[in-house]
Amino acid sequence: MSRQHSTSEGRAARLGLIALALLFLGFFLVLPLLAVFSEALKQGLGAFIDAVKNPDALAAIRLTLLIAAISVPLNMVFGVAASWAITKFRFPGRNLLVTLIDLPFSVSPVVSGLIFVLLFGANGYLGPWLAAHGVKIIFAVPGIVLATVFITFPFVARELIPLMMEQGKDDEEAAISLGANGWQTFWHVTLPNIRWGLLYGVLLCNARAMGEFGAVSVVSGHIRGETNTMPLHVEILYNEYDFVGAFAVASLLAALALVTLVVKSLLEWRFDLHSGAKH
Amino acid sequence: MIRVQNITKRFGEFPALHGIDLEVKPGEFIALLGPSGSGKTTLLRIIAGLEFQDSGEVFFHDEDVSSVGVGERQVGFVFQHYALFRHMTVAENVAFGLTVRKAKNRPAKSVIKARAEELLRLVQLDGLGSRYPGQLSGGQRQRVALARALAIEPRLLLLDEPFGALDAKVRKDLRRWLKDLHRQMGLTSIFVTHDQEEALELADRVVVMDHGVIEQIGTPEQVYMEPATPFVARFVGETNQLPASDGKDMLHVRPHDLEIVAADGDAVLVDNVFRKGGCWRVEGTLTGGGKVVEIDLDASRPAPSPGETVLIRPRRSKIFAQTGA
Repeated sequence: MSRQHSTSEGRAARLGLIALALLFLGFFLVLPLLAVFSEALKQGLGAFIDAVKNPDALAAIRLTLLIAAISVPLNMVFGVAASWAITKFRFPGRNLLVTLIDLPFSVSPVVSGLIFVLLFGANGYLGPWLAAHGVKIIFAVPGIVLATVFITFPFVARELIPLMMEQGKDDEEAAISLGANGWQTFWHVTLPNIRWGLLYGVLLCNARAMGEFGAVSVVSGHIRGETNTMPLHVEILYNEYDFVGAFAVASLLAALALVTLVVKSLLEWRFDLHSGAKH
Repeated sequence: MIRVQNITKRFGEFPALHGIDLEVKPGEFIALLGPSGSGKTTLLRIIAGLEFQDSGEVFFHDEDVSSVGVGERQVGFVFQHYALFRHMTVAENVAFGLTVRKAKNRPAKSVIKARAEELLRLVQLDGLGSRYPGQLSGGQRQRVALARALAIEPRLLLLDEPFGALDAKVRKDLRRWLKDLHRQMGLTSIFVTHDQEEALELADRVVVMDHGVIEQIGTPEQVYMEPATPFVARFVGETNQLPASDGKDMLHVRPHDLEIVAADGDAVLVDNVFRKGGCWRVEGTLTGGGKVVEIDLDASRPAPSPGETVLIRPRRSKIFAQTGA
């Protein structure tokens, strides 16, 4: 008599489904990734290095790193502050704040960029006043930072809110009952409790900050060597039929994505161990 | 002395406490006993300063602490799920209250270390200081939480369902141990529990609460033998409710206060008989009324058998006038 569990399919069906999944992954993920790297190296390593060492490419890399270096720490602070407020306190407008945090995810990046143009652009609400005071935001680095901060705002908070919700506020209350002040409680109790989640959120935030295209494209002005980030630079080179250059810079972004993925997996593994050990 | 005066608290529309008055004498061990939603934990948190009352006052000795936060009240609070800092060692947990003090009040490192060791010895966990909370059993964690609360030399020790998360055997051992510790230290303590057995065994006085009001305050003996309200009679210990002879009031009778008589009693049809510790527990129904009756009989005498009809009479009982409660 054959004993078959109700949840197990026939061998053929199982192999078929696995093959389908692999085919799908290969077609949509692995193949494009390989294409990026092979295109970048099509004319040899020398051409690849030359493309990366091009002054405009180097400027784009520097700008991207600068944008990430400003916006990621900002969002780390904002994200922790927002999650702390939402999970440890009850106040009017709390649910509204939760909804607002998700806003950058639900709005098209192009619209997000346009919001800043509307606010700070030459014909925007604050544009004439800013121009009169010699402050340049749109088509300059501050605009790109603003757009990036807006786009990447949810990553840290979205990661922390469920985690801190689950942990409750007993630990904080215990610390305060033992005489710790607010800062000591945060530093010695809350932060260690959320450190893995926070790192994970920061990692995702960083990946997006470096890779954002839409919103940055609207506010940047595409000035070569000045306001071109890596994703924008890739597009320009591609449109100029400089495929090796375009794919060389793209391969750097792809490599960043791969590193992020590996670190993320390591963190998740560590995270699981950690939450498995908790009481 | 701790004094709570006319405390009222609402959570939105839900009235958690109304008009609570309570006095705790120095060195007393008090149980706040009640079902969930009775307001006992809210009262404990208000006494701690973790929650604030809408109206009323809290006094520590003669000092009005009504608007003083938990950090300045110098109370030791033991949380139901211990709330140990899981990334710190046991010794670091215990020392936390001392290490976070301002530099001018903070003892030297070596003093803090010695104090933590001393407290761990007190809770019988010496040698486990370098472990992490995750490596301890539930009972051990509970004792770490207690040592940590004691480290700040509290004026008052507050425990929220201290044995709630432990299994029966550990709970019993820990209960006896806590009682000894309390006797030894003489620290004024208040604990919250929904387990009447625990309250009767540990406390000097029991505060029975229901729906945000205090139903009775008394020694375990008073609360058990002289329940002030039908609720207390039902909630503390087991009780049978039999109609009184006037047909209007309710007679509250403990199972062990019922005896089988030869004549002149209420007829009960025996449904079930089993051994319960040192006595026979007889479950039956009152013929006519259909009410369920539980009777404890001396196990050295033969038990009635199921199907039999016996006559019962209360040795002692308590009458509560029907107030619709």
